Amino acid sequence: MDFSILITNFWSLGLDGIVVGAIYALISLGYTLVYGVLRLINFAHSEIFMIGTMAAYFVILQFGFTGYEDPLPLLEFMGIFLLLATVSALVSGGSAVLLEIVAYRRLRIMGASRLSSLISAIGASFVLVEVFRVMTGSKNLDFPRLINKDPFFTWGTLYLSADKVLVIVGAAIIFFVLNRIINHTKLGLGIRAVSQDERTAILMGVNVNRIISYTFLLGGVLAGVGSAFYMVFYETTKSNVGFLVGISAFTAAVLGGIGNVKGALYGSFALGLVQQYTSAVLGYNWRDVVTFVILVLVLLIKPTGLFGEALQKARV
Amino acid sequence: MSGIKASSLNLRNKFGDWWEGANAAQRTIFRIVVIGIFFALPMINNPIIDTPETSFTSVLFYPLIMFSLMAVGLNVVVGKSGILDLGYVAFFAIGAYTHAVMSIHTPLNFWEILPFAMAFAMLAGVILGLPALRLRGDYLAIITLGFGEIVRIVAVNTEAIGGAAGITDIPGPSSVFGIEFTVMDPRTYYWLTLTLLLLVIWGVLRLSHRKPGRAWEAIREDEDVAEFMGVATLKYKLWAFIIGGAVGGLAGAIYASQIRSIQPEMFTLNLSIMILACVVFGGMGNIWGVILGAVILGYIPEKLRFLSDYRIIFFGLLMVVMMNIRPNGLLPRQKREKFQEKSK
Repeated sequence: MDFSILITNFWSLGLDGIVVGAIYALISLGYTLVYGVLRLINFAHSEIFMIGTMAAYFVILQFGFTGYEDPLPLLEFMGIFLLLATVSALVSGGSAVLLEIVAYRRLRIMGASRLSSLISAIGASFVLVEVFRVMTGSKNLDFPRLINKDPFFTWGTLYLSADKVLVIVGAAIIFFVLNRIINHTKLGLGIRAVSQDERTAILMGVNVNRIISYTFLLGGVLAGVGSAFYMVFYETTKSNVGFLVGISAFTAAVLGGIGNVKGALYGSFALGLVQQYTSAVLGYNWRDVVTFVILVLVLLIKPTGLFGEALQKARV
Repeated sequence: MSGIKASSLNLRNKFGDWWEGANAAQRTIFRIVVIGIFFALPMINNPIIDTPETSFTSVLFYPLIMFSLMAVGLNVVVGKSGILDLGYVAFFAIGAYTHAVMSIHTPLNFWEILPFAMAFAMLAGVILGLPALRLRGDYLAIITLGFGEIVRIVAVNTEAIGGAAGITDIPGPSSVFGIEFTVMDPRTYYWLTLTLLLLVIWGVLRLSHRKPGRAWEAIREDEDVAEFMGVATLKYKLWAFIIGGAVGGLAGAIYASQIRSIQPEMFTLNLSIMILACVVFGGMGNIWGVILGAVILGYIPEKLRFLSDYRIIFFGLLMVVMMNIRPNGLLPRQKREKFQEKSK
């Protein structure tokens, strides 16, 4: 164990943790929202994220970047980034809605067991990964550097760079908007109603099919925006990128208490920080082991996750 | 769609009726014939069932019979007791690594190591199960998933067991009853696994018809009620976990002895998912359905090799379509319906 890296880089690791956590949060919200209304782990959600990164990549290809240009001026960058985020969000959101119709809807209406839906989603996930693997030849797709990543502000070991600020500020805006949608719109009311009690929601005249479609759309859009941030921050994607990111995001959702929107946020930031600090101490290789050990410990002590509802004795 | 359903159900009911009416001798003959066909499979050289590009005999060993063995083991956990286990590959990996390490570092041979492989997998089942089985549903699922990943990552990062490069030059089983086990001939391994699979099936069927089976079923249908009625739920869930783990460890040891070199990357979440898919696809809780699922899901990707790059796409589509047509799997368990019919 080597604590020296941790101590010297404490603040910058913390910042990275928050950035990574913000990206996780955007994805884990999709897991948690869908879990809320369907009581299902949407296993193909990680592929929705992957599709978002692919959309961002293919859009940026149209601009003809070679990867060796000077970074763009801020305004131009913001324009391109907004375009990227919009396209990714639309593509991911659309795919999520389609996924629900193809892989979930029929099974749900038939009242099939949750495992059947799980397998159906896994099948859909295989299809999506493979389609993109064949299309891209399982290569790493490198994203051009769009923005100057040199730190513009230094305080001790804390280095602020434009991409990190973009992710944190952008994510904060989205969380604010999401909060408005869920707590102050009719759609949000519908989502909350279906999450609490689907049958009563139907009796009260809620169109459950539509609410579920919108929930998938919302989760997909969030993952799409997250994928645009991911591309700016990590600058690479691959057909199996969803698996690696998806597992972390899902862990974050469970850590915070799946089905709970606030829990997904806190869980993601906690996980991002823990991952950064443990990689610094134990090395990157042990990062995921520590992640899972923490998850197991949290669930054993507080089985509903940090902020979860009482789903421990849940229906299987 | 309904046509498919009706005709396959009819066929199954007809077989059920015949089986009910058959006497002991007829049943024994039927069993011997079916088992005989399975033992003869590697001898058959038929272009219809042959697989392109990979030799049919090696496909028979992996994935077909290996998937079947693991699916039967996982079925005890998922199908019988209703515990969603997303990390079953961990037990497979533990079995494989036990054989690899012990066969190299101890004078024991494959046959003597087999009990150890199963014992270590069972031990892992206890270590994971004792805390985890107090949880339910998705929380249990994510913990088992985490366990599977932990085992793999620990294997990657532990240089003493080869790290990411894994272990090579693993000795195979020594010859027994005059049967030699060579790398070039997967048939002997197929026969070995088939024999062990039959033993496992026999054992699982015995258990399912007795007290543990009833306890598992009660837990699956409603855990709270089961507990209330005096079923020691944690104990029986733990036993399901341990038995499933032992079968996984057994499969892993055989696999390592045949493949002769193992890497941690063989034991990813995808394999857990694949085995779970076999169980659900075939029909949870019904041992024959589960084997059918394993055979189909193992065989189709190999048969589709002519589609080369597109085969997994096709395979995934098939999974979605099949689950939508038959959400309970190809051969779902029927015990309850039968019971209800009789009581009418």
